[in-house]
Amino acid sequence: MNQRSSNLLDEALGLDQVIEPWPLRGRVVAIEDQVETSGSFVLHHLLKRSLSPNSSNVTIFIAFSQPFSHYDRILRKLGCNLVSQRDNSRFFFFDMLKLQCPDGDEGITPEGGLIALYGKIHKTISALPEISWKNVSIIIDDLSLMEVAANGSSDYVLDFLHYCRTLTSEFDCSLITLNHEDIYSSEDRPTFFIQMEYLADILIKAEPLATGLATDVHGQVPKCYSCFIVG
Amino acid sequence: MAAAKTRTSTFSRNLSTAPPSHGPGLKCGPNGTVFLSSGIPDLDKILGGGFPLGSLVMVMEDAEAPHHMLLLRNFMAQGLVLGQHLLYSSPARDPRGFLGTLPSPAASKDDKSRERDPDQEKGLRIAWQYKKYFGENQLDGQRDGKHEYSNEFDLRKPLERHFINGPRIDCVSIQDSDLSTLRDRCATFLSQFPRNDGSISCAGRIAIQSFCAPQCAYSNMEWDMLSFIRSLKSMVRSSNSVAIVTFPPSLLSPSFCKRWQHMADTLLSVKAIQDEDKELAQLLTGYQDMVGFLNVHKVARINTQVPVILEATTFSIKLQKRRYLVLECLNQAPVDGSSGTSYGTSGGCSSSSKTGNLDF
Repeated sequence: MNQRSSNLLDEALGLDQVIEPWPLRGRVVAIEDQVETSGSFVLHHLLKRSLSPNSSNVTIFIAFSQPFSHYDRILRKLGCNLVSQRDNSRFFFFDMLKLQCPDGDEGITPEGGLIALYGKIHKTISALPEISWKNVSIIIDDLSLMEVAANGSSDYVLDFLHYCRTLTSEFDCSLITLNHEDIYSSEDRPTFFIQMEYLADILIKAEPLATGLATDVHGQVPKCYSCFIVG
Repeated sequence: MAAAKTRTSTFSRNLSTAPPSHGPGLKCGPNGTVFLSSGIPDLDKILGGGFPLGSLVMVMEDAEAPHHMLLLRNFMAQGLVLGQHLLYSSPARDPRGFLGTLPSPAASKDDKSRERDPDQEKGLRIAWQYKKYFGENQLDGQRDGKHEYSNEFDLRKPLERHFINGPRIDCVSIQDSDLSTLRDRCATFLSQFPRNDGSISCAGRIAIQSFCAPQCAYSNMEWDMLSFIRSLKSMVRSSNSVAIVTFPPSLLSPSFCKRWQHMADTLLSVKAIQDEDKELAQLLTGYQDMVGFLNVHKVARINTQVPVILEATTFSIKLQKRRYLVLECLNQAPVDGSSGTSYGTSGGCSSSSKTGNLDF
């Protein structure tokens, strides 16, 4: 009935079949990229899949990187209308471009700012009809900018992510994040990054081609780790 | 069927008629973006039209040569010549002094000298002819409005006084001021060009030179500088302007350097050329004329996820007739003997007569 073109990425994540519940339910997906190759295309693809007409998914998009118009145009080309999804309460866009939590200023501490953000997410999910609770995706673009917004307090960002992780078990949400691997590979103790990788159930890395530039192929996604925790 | 507010299909008719006409120095690009010129026509071509409005351009400096100043000068002069507003910031005590070094647009009769010297190409004529036709297809659309969008600049001729003394320029010294002052000045400047859906009457340019230079009081506050760049980027995104920030990457820790690189929409770097590098001289043609290298690491992708496909990422910076800044692809020199890589000799006409040993 619904001919959907899927690709290897869909197959690897189990998104090529039209099944309910959504295969990424209850999972944390971490997308990693570098300066040379942006991983945002994976994010856009997952966003499109989560808003597909077959699923009853609700997506909460926390944007630190680009304004709504940017994603709207891109998703429109992919065949998904974000404006109508937003009007139908299937897509919630939190514009965090201007969020800045300076230390102790006006009572907005980094911790406070992120707590408020978490509260907002929790409130949004709770306000949904109960049947939708099991089909929520939280997408964060991107984590390194969240650290900047928190003025470098990576601990608070980690706490925030742990709280979001509880949502994946409480509400069966999926959490999809984007971060830049090459920032942390040059650090002495990349605690934040390692913790994030540990938190993730599925890790997708976007890398440039070993052979350099090519017209048709912009990069490669060589690794897609999936850990199933049986317990 | 009652007219419902929600659309039933995912497609909506594009109700806009003709694309809105914009002021001088602006041209429409793909995906609803509007470009302004970098001041270097070759760079505009490489980047697919110019710098899109709302983007942040970052240039990584080379401590050994001030080539980033060439980019800044052309960028600033282009804006002033076309009536765009400019905010310039540098670590110098009096940034206004730098304005005296801005170049003037080249006189139009000199444009013909831009074409490559025909005598050199006689032996290569067939291959070069094709390239000429491909180039012309792109230029045709631009030709009419060419002087309204971008100019060739003569680096030996200073910009006329009346451009520099106008009310459209603001200068800020970042040596003593702190980041919140600079942020406020940028915010005030950018508030003149809010982004809305109509036609754009006026655009702005921000040029910040050597942002993390050690003379600046804040230069050791890494997170504060990063959050300044982030807020600058978000302010620029919601306005009709382009900001260029140059910085010396060696003064930042590697992890922060990467963070800054990720912030940029368009990321360039300049490199000095060592004098008398004999190996490089043998490897590249035209080495003697090169002043430096320009690397394009990232090209802005606003409203799209499709990257701009570059022919190459490294270009040589040359000063033609010691006046005009040109960027050229690197051409590998013909290789002597049969052990050379195939690239140098696959150009057909460019093989030298000494390659008789080649067996293909």
